[in-house]
Formats: sequence, structure tokens, C-alpha cells
Amino acid sequence: MTTTMARPDRVVTSAPPKTQRRDDVLVWIATHAVAIGLALLFVLPIVFLLLTSVMSDRQALDGSFWPTTWQWSNYEHVFRTPGFLVWWRNSLVYAGVGTALTLVSSLFPAIALAKFRFRGANLTMFLVISMMMLPPQVVIVPMYVVWSQDLGLSGSLWPLIIPLAFGDAYSIFLLRQFLLTLPDEVLDAASVDGCGELRKVWHVIVPMARPALVAVGLFQFFALWNDYFGPQIYASENPNAWTLSYGLETFKSAHHSNWNLTLAATALVMLPVVVVFFFAQRAFVRGVTLTGVRA
Amino acid sequence: MARRLTIVGFLSPLLLGFALFFVYPLCATVLYSFEHYDQINPAEWVGLQNWSYVFTQNGDFWPAVRNTVWLVVVMVSLRVVFGIGVGLLVTSVRRGRGIYRTIFYLPYLAPPVASTLVFVFLLNPNGPLDRVLRAVGLPAPSWFNDPAWSKPALVLLSLWGIGDLMVIFMAALLDVPVEQYEAAQLDGAGAIRRFRYITLPNIQPIILFSAVTGVIAALQYYTQAFVAGQVASGVVTGGGTVVEPGYPNGSTLTLPQLIYSLGFQHFDTGAASVIAVVLFVVAMACTVGLVRGSGGLVSTRR
Repeated sequence: MTTTMARPDRVVTSAPPKTQRRDDVLVWIATHAVAIGLALLFVLPIVFLLLTSVMSDRQALDGSFWPTTWQWSNYEHVFRTPGFLVWWRNSLVYAGVGTALTLVSSLFPAIALAKFRFRGANLTMFLVISMMMLPPQVVIVPMYVVWSQDLGLSGSLWPLIIPLAFGDAYSIFLLRQFLLTLPDEVLDAASVDGCGELRKVWHVIVPMARPALVAVGLFQFFALWNDYFGPQIYASENPNAWTLSYGLETFKSAHHSNWNLTLAATALVMLPVVVVFFFAQRAFVRGVTLTGVRA
Repeated sequence: MARRLTIVGFLSPLLLGFALFFVYPLCATVLYSFEHYDQINPAEWVGLQNWSYVFTQNGDFWPAVRNTVWLVVVMVSLRVVFGIGVGLLVTSVRRGRGIYRTIFYLPYLAPPVASTLVFVFLLNPNGPLDRVLRAVGLPAPSWFNDPAWSKPALVLLSLWGIGDLMVIFMAALLDVPVEQYEAAQLDGAGAIRRFRYITLPNIQPIILFSAVTGVIAALQYYTQAFVAGQVASGVVTGGGTVVEPGYPNGSTLTLPQLIYSLGFQHFDTGAASVIAVVLFVVAMACTVGLVRGSGGLVSTRR
């Protein structure tokens, strides 16, 4: 698949004959009405989330639409919750370190699969796709036994971070798809110039593959930031190892009658995603189009 | 020779990861499925006992299978149809396309726990949607608290996260050759016929692709259903303890949650492993179908 998003000016239907102009105006109005209506429906959950997050405890429970008092202290309350800042730090460490490890360990296999010809390349690629599609719950029981009983590492994020040093199937697949689009000639030219394999990676491939590395890095960062199942299995027994995604559900449980506080915490978990998205929208969209597979 | 060494060297993280985190746990899972093992006492070979227990005596297995089939049929097909619809809508808007794309894409990126919490709040029996529905005189179901409405509520949540499919279908729709539309218009074909005879055949590979990846995602469906059940049940938990997944009345239980429940709440490693093997076989069948039938979209070849 090639990337085709960067063509906003392209017109789907051709210029119509004059007799059709009235119909076109009606279609134009209908299209925009539906688009605006649907966009409002998509934004409403976030509007309710933000409005309810500043309501008083009592008002948040009665399904009000508009806050009578703007209780900004809800956000302060969330930050003061024991553990909230620790969860924040853990999420950053898990997503940050995990993403760095993923990029380094996935780039080399991706290069081999895209640029080297060897026996078993098709089979290896099939293995990558299989690993990508494997539900994580299929292998969780024996993996948990190894990490907790044999290695004594449960109650920490290590069982989640260490495997990322061994390549991430989804990232390998995405990087390989991109590397296929790079011309072989550039690498051949570098070889003729006597460039070693590692130097070739660093001086030729990394600069050219930068957009793909950014996209894959962002996808992985948010996949890890959003991960719930992994921290649930390995970190649940130790609150000091909880991440935001895992801590958030526990927060709701502990404040079961305080939707305002829960939604303030929810807004704070969503915030980094929104901020980074606005800085990197292009890379995100390109990444989705490149593979079509969810992050 | 040096070249072969380079290839093996480049592939080594993948090959090690494949052995350690795929082959080993899969073999162990198959082995566990024939053993009685409570993660405290030594494992004990019991033959097919776990298998017959799961298929004939465990009361959760077949309901979880039915829920998964329901999700595959309803959630996946609605997502594909809605994805095409939103893709068509955004590509046919000329001004402000970027804004619409952002609005429809962003919810897809929201952390699943966060978006699930928002929907449990929106749909709770005294929440905003409930009040809107009552105000306009429509019946307001209890959504996440009603076994008949809990899965439709999860579908609503999944439609809010349509962003990934929208982007894929936008790309596919913009790739349909303009000349074909022009020719059809000259022949007097209306919008519906143009969609039926030009758009659909052109985007058909993408439809197939998103359906198969949707099925694979449905097989893995876990976080949203789990969190919705936990939160909507209103049971106060803490310190990592959780109630049984599937609330209300097992209606949101899926196979991955059953693996979690059996393996980590009931310490029945054998039964959990049986379900893991079943899930693996189905997922692999879908993966083979994806590689064979995707018309080269997911290709192992260069």
C-alpha cells in the first residue's frame, strides 16, 4: 500500500454540466448538514467529559449538562490523589523506554526483510504477521509463570519492557512496508563506495526512513501508553508500578460515586494523546495509511 | 558467508523474540492444556480432562463464544459500513476536510480505559444520554447495566473509534480513478449507481482487508468490555482485586477475558490454556486468510 493522504485538493466528482447545478447545491447542503451533525456527535462525549469534570460532587450525579459551579479544584484533587503522579511517571517510563527499545530492535529485522534476499524470507514475514495478529492473552499464562515464578519480576514493568528489546512485530511490519519503497540503488551505491552494513544503516537508511521511524515511534508510544492488559497482569500487585491506564480504572472504583473526579482524571489521561496528536498529525495519518492496521 | 552472517545478525532480535515470546509460550500453553496446574503445586498430567471440562462443563465457555460471534457479526460489519460512510462523507466535503478528519480520527487514539469510562458515564442510567432520550420521549435502556443492551453499548463505543477505518477508506476512495466517475456521469448514472458499480468494486479489497483485521481485533476484544463491566457493576474494588468479568450477567464476557478469569482469578491454568489454544487456532486461520485473500495488501513477498 502506498500513502495517499497528502492530496487534499483532489476532486472526487468532476465538474457538472449547468443543468445539474441546482441538484449540486442541494447535495452540497445535505453533505455539510450530515458532516456537521456527525462531527457534533463525535465531539459531544468530550464536551460532557470536560463539563462534568468541573461540576460539584452532587451535580455530577444527576445528569446535568451545564455546571452550576465551576469546581476547578477537582483537578487539584486528582493530582493530590496518592499515586497519581507515580502512575504518570510509570506510564512515561513504560511508553518512553519501550518505544526507544522497539525502534532499535525492530529497524534491523525490518531492513533485512525489505532489502536482503534470502531463503526463508517469505516464511519469516509470515511469522511476523502471525505474531502481529496473535491475541496477547493466548501466551499470557506461561509468560506470567516465567516472569513471576522463575524470574521474580512481577509487580514491576520489566516483564513488559524487556520483550520490546526483541523486536515488535507490528513495528517491524510497518517499517518494512516503508523500506520497500526506498530504491535499492541507493544502498547498492553505498556498498560500492565501501560502506559497511552498520554505517549504511546509520548514514543512509535512518535519514531516509525518518518519517517512518517517527510514525512507528508514535504508534508504539501510544500503544504502550494505552496498554491496559499488560500492566493489569504484571503490575497490579504493586501500586508503585501501576500506569495511568491501569490506575484510572482503580481510581474510578475508589471514587465510585464521584463522576466529576473520575472524569477529571480521565481528561488528564487523554490530554497527552491529544497534545502529541496535534504536533504529529501528519505522521499519524501516514502511519495508518501505510499499513491499515490498528496501533 | 559474511553476507549470511549480516542477515542473521540483522534478524537476530526478531528470531530470539520469536523463540522466547511466541514458540516457547505456545508450546507451554499446549502442554498446560493437558495438565492440572494451580501455579502453586507441581503440575500433574490429566490428559483430556481440561478439554472436556471446558467444552461440556464450564458454564462460561459457550456464552463467551456466542458473544464473540455476536461481536464479529454486528460490531465488525457495522464498523466497516460506518467506516465507508464516514470516509465518503469526509472525501466529499471540500472545505474543512482537515478539521472533519481530525474530529473523526481523534477518538480512535483515546486510551481505551478512558474512552470506556466516558461512555459508561454518558450512558449511565441517570446520565446525559438518558436525559436526552427521556426528554424527546424515547425509551432509555440501561445500556451497560442491561444484558440486552450492553453489547450494543460497546458497539456505540467502537463506532466512536472509527478513525482508523475512516483513514483507510479515505485513501481508497481518493484512489478511485476520476475518469470512471466522469464516464458514468456522461452515461447518466446517478449517485447510487455510481457508488454501486464504480466505488464499491474499486474499494472491495480494502473492505475485505478491514473485515478480516476487524475479525482478528474482535477475537482480541478485551479492555473495553472488561473495564465497562467492572465500572458499570459499581462494585467497589481496590488494590488490584476485581470482580468476575462479563457484567451484566455474562453478556460482555469474551474469550480473552475468560482466559484472564480462569488463569488469574481461579488459578485454573489448564482450562485457561485450553481456551488459549482454541483462540490461537482461530486467530491463525484468520491470519492465513488475510495473507492469502487480501490481494497483496498484506503480503509476505517483496
